[in-house]
Amino acid sequence: MTLPADIAARFAAVAPACDFWSVRVMRSRAEYLAVTRGVAEPVALSDDFGVMVTVHAGGGLGYAATSDISAAGLTRAGRAALEWAQRSAGRMVAPLPPRSTNTIHHDHEDRPRIAWDAVSRAEKFVRLKAQSEELKRDDRIADWSTDLSFTDEDSVLVTSSGDFIRQRRGIVVPGLSASASVDGETQTRTFGRGGVIRQGGLDVLDDVGFWTAAPRVADEALELLAAPNCPTGEMDLLLAPDQMYIQIHESIGHPLELDRILGDERNYAGTSFVTLDMFGSYQYGSPLLNITFDPGVVGEAASYAFDDDGTRAERQFLIRDGILQKPLGGAFSQARANTSGVANARACNWNRPAIDRMANLNLEPGSASFEDLVSGVENGITMETNVSWSIDDSRNKFQFGCERARLIKNGKLGPVVKNPNYRGISATFWRNLKGLGNAASVQVLGTPTCGKGEPNQAIRVGHSAPPAVFADVHVFGGG
Amino acid sequence: MQDQFYTTADVIAAQIKGDEGFLARFSGESSDFVRFNRSAVRQAGMVEQRYLTLELFRGKCHAAQTLSLTGEQDLDADVVKAAVATLRDILNDTAEDPHFLINTTPQSTTRVMPSALGTPEESVDAVLKAGAGHDMVGFYAAGPIHSGFANSLGQRNWDTVKAFNIDLSFYLRADKAVKMGHAGTTWNAAAFAHKAGLAKERLAALARPAKTIQPDGYRVYLAPAAMEDILSMMSWGGFGLADHRTATTPLIKMVEQGVKLNSAVTISENMRDGLSPGFQNQGFVKPDNVTLIENGAYKDCLVSPRSAAEFDEAPNGADDSESPVALDMAAGTLAHEDILKTLGTGIYVGNLWYLNYSDRNAARLTGMTRFATFWVENGEIVAPVNVMRFDDSIYRMLGDNLVALTAERDLLLSTDTYEARSTRSMRLPGAIIDDMRMTL
Repeated sequence: MTLPADIAARFAAVAPACDFWSVRVMRSRAEYLAVTRGVAEPVALSDDFGVMVTVHAGGGLGYAATSDISAAGLTRAGRAALEWAQRSAGRMVAPLPPRSTNTIHHDHEDRPRIAWDAVSRAEKFVRLKAQSEELKRDDRIADWSTDLSFTDEDSVLVTSSGDFIRQRRGIVVPGLSASASVDGETQTRTFGRGGVIRQGGLDVLDDVGFWTAAPRVADEALELLAAPNCPTGEMDLLLAPDQMYIQIHESIGHPLELDRILGDERNYAGTSFVTLDMFGSYQYGSPLLNITFDPGVVGEAASYAFDDDGTRAERQFLIRDGILQKPLGGAFSQARANTSGVANARACNWNRPAIDRMANLNLEPGSASFEDLVSGVENGITMETNVSWSIDDSRNKFQFGCERARLIKNGKLGPVVKNPNYRGISATFWRNLKGLGNAASVQVLGTPTCGKGEPNQAIRVGHSAPPAVFADVHVFGGG
Repeated sequence: MQDQFYTTADVIAAQIKGDEGFLARFSGESSDFVRFNRSAVRQAGMVEQRYLTLELFRGKCHAAQTLSLTGEQDLDADVVKAAVATLRDILNDTAEDPHFLINTTPQSTTRVMPSALGTPEESVDAVLKAGAGHDMVGFYAAGPIHSGFANSLGQRNWDTVKAFNIDLSFYLRADKAVKMGHAGTTWNAAAFAHKAGLAKERLAALARPAKTIQPDGYRVYLAPAAMEDILSMMSWGGFGLADHRTATTPLIKMVEQGVKLNSAVTISENMRDGLSPGFQNQGFVKPDNVTLIENGAYKDCLVSPRSAAEFDEAPNGADDSESPVALDMAAGTLAHEDILKTLGTGIYVGNLWYLNYSDRNAARLTGMTRFATFWVENGEIVAPVNVMRFDDSIYRMLGDNLVALTAERDLLLSTDTYEARSTRSMRLPGAIIDDMRMTL
């Protein structure tokens, strides 16, 4: 079997004469298993193998990506990258930063506690079908599905400076969904609605409670059918981790991306209300707010030792005690902005260049239990599981919807309500953070499809968060 | 790439045994990508990719594998042979799929769209020239996009479109910008320069002090680019048979309760326009037209072969996603020169952004205004508007509150490049809508 390291070595032998080159080789082998409305979908496998060549020449930068990993294909890619570097020389938005003179050798494979293939594909289908039957527990369940995806990702980065970085990991994404419908109304509950993603193997499915979740998911969809609509008003809002992760993602993660602040994304994903002068002094949130870039959390979706530029990744505080500290910017963006950042130059695959991305962006826990948080709310609501997300292109005015909510009165959980939504403004919302769950309440979540970049890239990111309480939030229902 | 794919299909055909059959799907592209910021180059390069999805079946048992290919025939043959062996093993352990349905009446087709792209140097020079003296940011993508299908019945389909897509924004300050798109299959430097010139002329209106509007209902004009966002949301589960039969469609009130949109609204899948290939994954050839909504009433669904088998309907060439690839909304009668006069006093919305459902059952959408959006008084543009959130239902916006659709329509070629360059398109009019709810 051809290995990514072999391809990288093959490229080194045919690399063009230039100031600097790198070759990033990726092989992703994936398996997707699903049972939809009681019927097993066909097994879907994939084996995706390609290279991204980057060349610096005369102050220009060019790239060429190809799935042609033959010797001739690699030669052509090197030549094409050089041509694009020459075309862009003298026209770049900023000078290319000097490369570090320290060479890196890193070769690591993550080993899950339980390998993905420790259980046969047939046995996995037996379990998925059993889940499917548990989801279809009532005639009102009109749509139901359960699925698993596993990706074995092996990447190698080799540079003309002598760097060799190999990282291999498994990524697991499970899904469950049940939609209940009666009289023209449909309510859906899911298992995290795509927010459950982890590095690892089969062990992940036990850790996240996947195999036991189906009855609850179906029962709660049915429960929502009979629930009243979410009320409208200003109130305290207690968000569960499976809503917190996307609140963090959209209204902290994206606005802190340095390439957005520098304007690269203004034609597509947008700009940011954050400006360079805010770092070090801007009060982003209440003193409870501590946000870290943490690539070292075992099992989190975007844990890694080096980013796709070859920069070593380390834990950093981006917001400490509510004060903005650092942006999410890789080496090139840091040089352009003359500021420090993190190792977050990432590409979603071999066929896309690295840009500034979130990776693991985590909300550090507080000290309260979930019960403590509820007991501190006089008039409020708790919402769980994101279903709708929308935010302006400066990442300020947002609106989110959740699958399920419960009213809170005088410190006690009350009835379930449906179609819960809330809206606010990033710049003020986080300053109203008034309660934070403890370490035991933290959930490690994320998303496999954070979209950004031109050409577009959907990449996986991780977010761990406890439940959190916000004061005076505008809440409303559907209809 | 066509010859390579057909040769690969022959390799597969030589591998199958007994009562086995296969479906093979190909997608490939050779794309130049240049990203701009501050009227300079941010990232420039090219991507060449070839993907084959091989589906092996025996009776109603089937399994699939997607492979990246090199284009080197010997290397690819080895990979494909290994994949056939892998899938054969899987079939030995696979139950019958009652929803497996493929085209058994071979219909081979070939379409290679005529094109005349400029060189990368010409196009990049033109974009940088247009940006000179301005704060221009955006993206250039160009090159051939290939799609193919083959099966064990001898059917062969091929589609090549060589297209370019330039998507730019000219910024005046902060978030105040004019967006422009220029796409097609024949590069014309003068046409691009003219369009860029018009976009830059509109910057003058953004120089005026911005107006912040208060939450309320407003009369609005949604330009075709803004309508694209509304129709994209409707396409997210709104037109597929499976979504209708499982009651998960956002248009459930149209399907189950007979709710109607304004009678001016007719929406169809129109394969005669646009760039998408005319065949789908199971070998069915797409019909020229499927009417989805006619005179405000729900008419037909997009039906994939899988849904057809599950729900006992006839397939109509839909992809697995049952989402339109060449959506067409019928024109109205409002002349372009009458848009501002008919709007009167209200908001001219050039673009919307980041839409989502705030209540899927009620087809209620939220989203933001973006780029060139103006406050209009008595038919005259008065000021740019600071970004505003709307939250309103499709039934209101395209129902009783729809005042007029424009006679002129724009063909909007998708700028999406997730995993591969999209060939989706929409041909849409602009719309004047009364009492659109602005909320934040």
